[in-house]
Amino acid sequence: MSRHTTTATGRPFTRAGAPSVSPQKTTRRRSFSTRRGLVIAAFMAPAAVFVAVFTYYPMLAGSQMAFRNWNLNNLTNTDWVGLGNFQKIFADPNFYVILGNSVVWVVASIIPQFIIGFALALWLRRKFVFRGLYQALIFFPWAISGFLIGILFRWMFNGEFGVINDLLSKAGLIDAPIPWLAEPGTAMTAVIIANTWYGVTFFAIMILAALQSVPDDVYEAAALDGSGKIRTLFSITIPYISTTLALTVLLRVIWIFNFPDIIWAMTGGGPANQTHIITTWMIAITQRGDYGQASALGLIVVAILLVFSAFYLMAIREKKGARS
Amino acid sequence: MINREMPAAKVVRIVFLGLWLVISLFPLYWILITSFKTPGAIFSYPLTYWPEVFSLENYISLFQKSSFGTYVFNSLLVATVAATVATFISMLSAYVLARFEFRSKGAVLMAFLVTQMIPAFIALGPLYLMMVQLKLVDNRFGLMLIYIAVCIPFSTIMLRGFFANIPDALEEAAMIDGCSRFGALFRVIIPVMKPGIIAAFIFNFVNCWNELFLSVTLMNKDENKTIPTALNGFISSFTIDWGSMSAAAVLTIVPTMILFAFASRYIVQGLTAGAVKG
Repeated sequence: MSRHTTTATGRPFTRAGAPSVSPQKTTRRRSFSTRRGLVIAAFMAPAAVFVAVFTYYPMLAGSQMAFRNWNLNNLTNTDWVGLGNFQKIFADPNFYVILGNSVVWVVASIIPQFIIGFALALWLRRKFVFRGLYQALIFFPWAISGFLIGILFRWMFNGEFGVINDLLSKAGLIDAPIPWLAEPGTAMTAVIIANTWYGVTFFAIMILAALQSVPDDVYEAAALDGSGKIRTLFSITIPYISTTLALTVLLRVIWIFNFPDIIWAMTGGGPANQTHIITTWMIAITQRGDYGQASALGLIVVAILLVFSAFYLMAIREKKGARS
Repeated sequence: MINREMPAAKVVRIVFLGLWLVISLFPLYWILITSFKTPGAIFSYPLTYWPEVFSLENYISLFQKSSFGTYVFNSLLVATVAATVATFISMLSAYVLARFEFRSKGAVLMAFLVTQMIPAFIALGPLYLMMVQLKLVDNRFGLMLIYIAVCIPFSTIMLRGFFANIPDALEEAAMIDGCSRFGALFRVIIPVMKPGIIAAFIFNFVNCWNELFLSVTLMNKDENKTIPTALNGFISSFTIDWGSMSAAAVLTIVPTMILFAFASRYIVQGLTAGAVKG
């Protein structure tokens, strides 16, 4: 075959191998395709304009602020400072505490979310009476914003009149009430418990959908071969849905890293920065008016997440390659 | 086989599912119960798990001590307008993205997906400055514009999935019968898509109703505040009045729960469709 046919593919109306068309037909096609172009442009334009003006423009403007001295309280001096904002951040010992907090926040929330969500999904796969109602009920927390979840848990973790202390002392687990949100050690635990509670549903939904994508005959074959339940789970079900699981975890890591709402409502980052993660810190700095430093932090977040995602996706690919 | 289950396994399953149900509903129960206790009962030992007296005192004092009615009105107005406009605009873009092949299609979809990944907080400062220049700071119309932009990417992706499930033949038949493309969309496709469109609207509405950080940055005057912005003010004060706070939380949560009960099935569909296929 000549190069002719291969280069022309993908353009259905001008395929080189097609019989030649009369001039009359070409004009009709052209007017059809310009009308088609107009429809596409007219239907896409409002969405594109809104997203470009109110999302992309401010994000790009924010990125260049990271390299400038940009403070609402001192607008006479908005010079370019190169990496000055980044240097200031890296020189601040708080940054390393907060970076560590962010990692703890993500890892310690996602592991129990995944385990409980997986168990729920496995048990919800089997049909039972009221399964639909049950799913609807455990789905309810999702209707609530992270900020309000934070308020609910702030009240439950209240040191004096909080219900969690009351339940723990009724169960005989503690002697004296714990001032959960006022102590550095326990405050992080409290926000992570709230986040875990909120995030389990997401994993349950995603994993259940993945489980339902496994065809029944795979299980039948396994049963015929005498595979037990646990063995089937680990050598058939999990490998079958591993890609979906891995991508769900990645999406969740990115999302939790960027999720300040619960912490904002429960502790505001306190006590003594012990529950600040990068995004809550960034918002606090934005509210002080130091847009330069806040933007620099934002770029640091993007960089961390990009590098993490790249390594993570590479690791998945390698593992898949090794298996097959 | 899946269908055989040992009795012990069944007990474990039922106990676990029951326990999780209690855990996931308890915080909602607790805030509801708190809101109906008298302020005295909220702050007294021992804690009661069922109020001795059901009182509306917290709700009354919430409306008396703050302009909560105004906040509710603002939230309703902003969320309704923004969600309606955003859903309409997303419907158009989702239709094109589901039905046509064009060169920049991949780039557009990517641009929409990326907005869901990047921390939006990097845009807070620049958005504030932009709104200052447009004279739209502390203005509900300005907040609506931003919310519309925030809603569009996800609802476009969600609606595109629903459009893809509707056979082409439907609108082709309508166009052969003399409908224009616009006419085919509005007279034939949209009526079939109704559940998906309602779900997208509810999702957008709930997101706008709940949004906090943008409105905290942009809205200062009390008369312009939405509910979350006002609650953020409540928790920043030195002592929190948990009586009014619980009443406010209940009034914020209940409408979204009712809406979600209608739409949850479609939202789950929209969420999982992309993920499992990918």
